[in-house]
Amino acid sequence: MSPPADSGTGPLAIELRGISKRFGAVRANRDIDLKVARGTIHGIVGENGAGKSTLMSILYGFYQADSGEVLINGKLVAIHDSSDAIAAGIGMVHQHFMLVDTFSVLENVMLGAEGNALLSHSAAAARKELQRLADEYQLSVHVDSLVSDLPVGEQQRTEILKALYRHAEILILDEPTGVLTPQEADQLFVVLNALKERGVTIILITHKLREIMDVTDTVSVLRMGEMVSHLNTRDTSMSELAELMVGRKLETRNYHRDEPLPADTANGIEVVDLGVVDKTGKARLKNLSFEVKRGEILGVAGVAGNGQSTLLEVLSGIQSPTSGHFIINGQQVSAEQPINPSQMRQLKVQHVPEDRLKLGLVKSFTAAESSVLGYQRADRFNLRGMLRLSTIRAACRRLMEGLDVRPADPNLRSASFSGGNQQKLILARELERQPEVLLVGQPTRGVDIGAIELIHEKIIEMRDKGCAILLVSVELDEIMSLADRIIVMYEGQVVAEVNGRDANKTQLGLMMANAHQDPAA
Amino acid sequence: MSINTSSIPLPAWLEIGLIPVLNIVMALFFSGLIMLAIGVNPIEAVGIMINGAFGYDEAIGYTLYYTTNFIFTGLAVAVAFHANLFNIGGEGQAYIGGLGVGLVFLLLDKYLPMILLIPLGIIAAGLFGAAWAYIPAWLQAHRGSHIVITTIMFNFIASSIMVYLLVNVLIKPGQMSPETRQFDESAWLPFMHDVLGWFGMEVTRSPLNLSLVFALICCVFVWVYIWRTRWGYELRTSGQSEAAARYAGIKPKTVIITAMCVSGALAGFVAVNEIMGVHHRLLLNFTAGYGFTGIAVSLMGRNHPVGIIMASLLFGVLYQGGAELAFEIPTITREMVVAIQGLIILFSGALALMLRPWVVKVYLKFKPVDEVVPA
Repeated sequence: MSPPADSGTGPLAIELRGISKRFGAVRANRDIDLKVARGTIHGIVGENGAGKSTLMSILYGFYQADSGEVLINGKLVAIHDSSDAIAAGIGMVHQHFMLVDTFSVLENVMLGAEGNALLSHSAAAARKELQRLADEYQLSVHVDSLVSDLPVGEQQRTEILKALYRHAEILILDEPTGVLTPQEADQLFVVLNALKERGVTIILITHKLREIMDVTDTVSVLRMGEMVSHLNTRDTSMSELAELMVGRKLETRNYHRDEPLPADTANGIEVVDLGVVDKTGKARLKNLSFEVKRGEILGVAGVAGNGQSTLLEVLSGIQSPTSGHFIINGQQVSAEQPINPSQMRQLKVQHVPEDRLKLGLVKSFTAAESSVLGYQRADRFNLRGMLRLSTIRAACRRLMEGLDVRPADPNLRSASFSGGNQQKLILARELERQPEVLLVGQPTRGVDIGAIELIHEKIIEMRDKGCAILLVSVELDEIMSLADRIIVMYEGQVVAEVNGRDANKTQLGLMMANAHQDPAA
Repeated sequence: MSINTSSIPLPAWLEIGLIPVLNIVMALFFSGLIMLAIGVNPIEAVGIMINGAFGYDEAIGYTLYYTTNFIFTGLAVAVAFHANLFNIGGEGQAYIGGLGVGLVFLLLDKYLPMILLIPLGIIAAGLFGAAWAYIPAWLQAHRGSHIVITTIMFNFIASSIMVYLLVNVLIKPGQMSPETRQFDESAWLPFMHDVLGWFGMEVTRSPLNLSLVFALICCVFVWVYIWRTRWGYELRTSGQSEAAARYAGIKPKTVIITAMCVSGALAGFVAVNEIMGVHHRLLLNFTAGYGFTGIAVSLMGRNHPVGIIMASLLFGVLYQGGAELAFEIPTITREMVVAIQGLIILFSGALALMLRPWVVKVYLKFKPVDEVVPA
């Protein structure tokens, strides 16, 4: 195996010395040292906002470090922009792909490296080179397909090919598995190992510790902009890494109920043959049927974009169903009997939206203003047509204190809070209304580990109070630890239902790819 | 540039105080260069302009009379802007607002007392302006027709309608110029020199009338409406994020239509100043581009009533002082004055944030970064 990065015995592909970077107030990186040996996979873990992406952006030339040195293959380099990085042999695969959807794979790979006035010339050369790369690294893609027609995993391979086509010897992957099914992720790791065998150095940025344990040789932990540890992966464990990331011990909890709910428990949500066809005529939800009992958490698993978002929007009244109906807290809703989000709120159906920055709050508003979003017409916030600003501020401060939102300043702009604190504020706002049905989307996406615990506890607390909870999440671990029952959505349909207690990850992963019934496909 | 300065908040006195002033200084600097190029002493020119705008009571009257128009149209643009709508139709809405005033007064000025006529005229100006904005708003809300396109086209339609009506229908019989008859004096909004005269203050005649007071009342109204009522809250939510508005149960269509109607009514109030206050009859082209200048006023005033008052005053100075300048210095033509106005619009509007990164950098030198952005 490759030597550990810390020992410094192998030839170093990357060496960072004393890198510091601040953005205004935020010290994104503080005096960071890093050594990565050639031909190894190095993981960088850390919470959101720990400085991982900043560090890699410095390496790729998006940002300039305030101080510090970058050495590539032992030579000091100055990276001012991405073309310097490419020249130094660094390639980057971003979390959100930088591909032109309406171009073919070939055109995307050539983009910016056409090399000749006539495209046909370079296209032929690129096609040959792509074939070679594909054979060498087991990176098969359909060269002439449009990117928009490709599955996500293949789009990602296109990104990797783009980097290799530019002779990258160092590959940086930023949260590469966020959008992949577990099976696609496994495929990715096969590719990464093949690359490593050929001497490519790989940096893997992720917050998923399991992946670190599975594929990396060495790992570094960032916490609040500082490098707190460099470790050999085989000498560490997930729990040690988690503690290093958070800076304190974490308990693993099992939230499952001891006793199943009595069979005659009333339903909080009952969905019957629900269908949604969008404006373009595409079916978003197809014949959906399920129910959520009071005091039960139903987890909705699925790869992002398989109808979960539409489901939340329909159940919360933002969209109307086009066929079928549902009964939510006693109120029947269908295409003929639509309902709007305000009425839903009055029915004590509260919704913590998936996309908190777009839906859950208004970025330019103060926290106090965001804390009444959806409740701006409530009597206690209005007096003779005017908003009672001091009441709103006081109420906001109470919400903040209740769920430990920091800083507890109602006058601060909503966008200035960290993701976790924004989420806590939204959760506090919705829980304050004592929901009888709670719709929760991605409650902990982009949220620090410390806040995750608190958010999970709050959700469980609501369950124990008899609230019917629908939980949509792309984090399987989250769904498995919270949900009493799990349904799996695929292309707008429920393809499977399992008991939360019995669920296992591989099985769920196969269900999410809709491959569980037909392994041959 | 390594620091993303746009994400660093500045205190209000820098953001809406210093930066706009710096922008104007820049514009004046370049205007000065142009004047030097044609052999005019810029210092002397600025002196003439200031004197022409503030030097004597008639000048002040004219300056504030222009300011009044800009406040109305600036507020109109600002209200729509907070709902993320770009109302370029202020010109047409003001024009049709004038039609409302004209119709009401032509019908009723012989029969009703002043105390009823004045409020009726104001209401008519607002209603007609709002109605003219309602159509593009409805088209935007229900049919997705872009408000910029439709409001611009509605300016042309308004203009054509007014020409037709004034030439063929409303014209005072037996005259050549397309104007209505003069309204009865009971429909005139009192001139400021008259009002001040009642209190024993002698000032020279100018077109300034009580509309200025009404404009300032509108500023307070807009401020309260936008920042202190739930309707304003919903309007801003919808303007900032349509998704958040829908999540909150706010209907974006209703917001679009309400915001545009309020905006149109404010633009329509230009007719209160022009028709009720100054001309006392309906005539062609009384809007004279105030609706378009309102866009620059609102941009410069950062869509805030206080900023709009200051920007309106500046444009009032430019109009009145500029006219004086063209009169006093023969080498400076009317077009040159328009060029200076153009520079101010360029630096304060299109390039409004050009200097901001440097201001942020200087600011950060005096203030530890850690206090500026909450971690």
